[in-house]
Amino acid sequence: MSTAMRYTYYPGCTSETTAVEFGLSTEAVCEALGIELIELEDWNCCGASSAHSLDHELGLALPGRNVALAQEAGIDMVIPCPACYQHCRDADVKMREDEAWREKMERILRFHYEGTARPRHLLEVLANDLDEDELRNKVTRPLEGLKVASYYGCVLVRPPELTGWDDPEHPVTMDRLMGILGAETIDWSYKVDCCGASLTLSRGDIVRELSTRIVEGAVEAGAECIVSACGMCEINLDTRQAPSSGKKMPIFYLTELMGLAFGLPRVEKWLGRHSVDPRPLLRERGLL
Amino acid sequence: MKDAIALGGEAPVVVRSLAFSDVVQDRSGEDIRGCYYCQKCTAGCPTAFMMDYKPAQLLRMIQLGEKERVLGSNTIWMCIGCEACGTRCPNQIRLAPVMDVLRQMAMEEGYAPETAVYSLHRAFLDSIRLWGRMHEVTMLAEFKTRCLLTEFPVFFKGLLGDMKLGSDLILNGKLSLLPDRIKGLEEIKALYEEAARVSSRDTEVSE
Repeated sequence: MSTAMRYTYYPGCTSETTAVEFGLSTEAVCEALGIELIELEDWNCCGASSAHSLDHELGLALPGRNVALAQEAGIDMVIPCPACYQHCRDADVKMREDEAWREKMERILRFHYEGTARPRHLLEVLANDLDEDELRNKVTRPLEGLKVASYYGCVLVRPPELTGWDDPEHPVTMDRLMGILGAETIDWSYKVDCCGASLTLSRGDIVRELSTRIVEGAVEAGAECIVSACGMCEINLDTRQAPSSGKKMPIFYLTELMGLAFGLPRVEKWLGRHSVDPRPLLRERGLL
Repeated sequence: MKDAIALGGEAPVVVRSLAFSDVVQDRSGEDIRGCYYCQKCTAGCPTAFMMDYKPAQLLRMIQLGEKERVLGSNTIWMCIGCEACGTRCPNQIRLAPVMDVLRQMAMEEGYAPETAVYSLHRAFLDSIRLWGRMHEVTMLAEFKTRCLLTEFPVFFKGLLGDMKLGSDLILNGKLSLLPDRIKGLEEIKALYEEAARVSSRDTEVSE
């Protein structure tokens, strides 16, 4: 490890509930890689899809409070949830570029905007701030023989002017990372298609349709599992898929597969919380 | 289409509001008039199959000032803001912020929203105001109550299925029964109050 890697950490609401295994595996993998995550003190919900849907101002103000809290440490803020990431990014850009808005937020929240605490997605940090060799050296159990479809979903890569660190139509960051872990990644057409996100609670019928289409697309392309970097995508695909074959596909978090390849001790506990149990597949491949 | 071919019979009245496209353009910051109807947005929209008017049609209707049909459509509630349209538009028109503006205008002007989508957003925002974070169990209770109060028969049918998913999540240790309250709730309250002040000003302007 060349220099100490420290980041503010914004876990987001789902990392303690519906995406609890994403939160736990993120913390474990970062610890194993020597990445220090300092949880943002007293963080609040970013507003998810609801704030900007009903109230433009709230959609910027709620994530704005987290951006404000991050100013004190003045270091980059790592965010595992793509929606939290996109909203914090949006709030940060707004404060950077709109002086009247910045002054209003500074007045209400009593802070000073420095602009040095950039909101960044976990995947982007893992791919860009670490040497490939640092990652490769950690791999004690290569994921050989595992055919993975990397699924990026929507707001992790869109809109490109806000989240533009990978190609918005053909992102490759997660595929490269999977390659380093020893997995075989497949090319497929649904990498950046949306799973239906928050409609899962209000319109489960739509999310069932979209999730099924994505899973069937992965099967057709020859994958046996999907890897995701989003708590919303994972739970939607995991709980809503209804493939016509009746054979459901395991959905992993990126950090779970990293933990598995690094030989971390608690991996089975994370995997035991999925709706579609991924352990039989891993046992079949001799990885568990 | 129906409107265009109904020449022989009784022509349906389409009320046009000429200022509508200006207001949408101003509030969203998106160049509504730049659309030349290539329909790339519609082709890539994941929820177009559920929309009464597809994304490109909706843009066209905004250009033509068909305010009532636009604000009354289910399209504005089916958009999930995935940004596929804006990323692919040859004229860089992002529909996600346009849809946000249209939903807000629909609410300001009393158009009936899509019950489930709207109720979820409301319950979600109430949860953040109460706790500072989203608490699933209480948020879902409010969401279901709102849906049942609006359209009882429709939503009563769906309850069993949702309870199955909910119990799976509880068994997997994914729902916490008690909410956490953040320390800075006063700040959250101040942000809500400021937002309410700004949106009441917007409502006056659009009236």
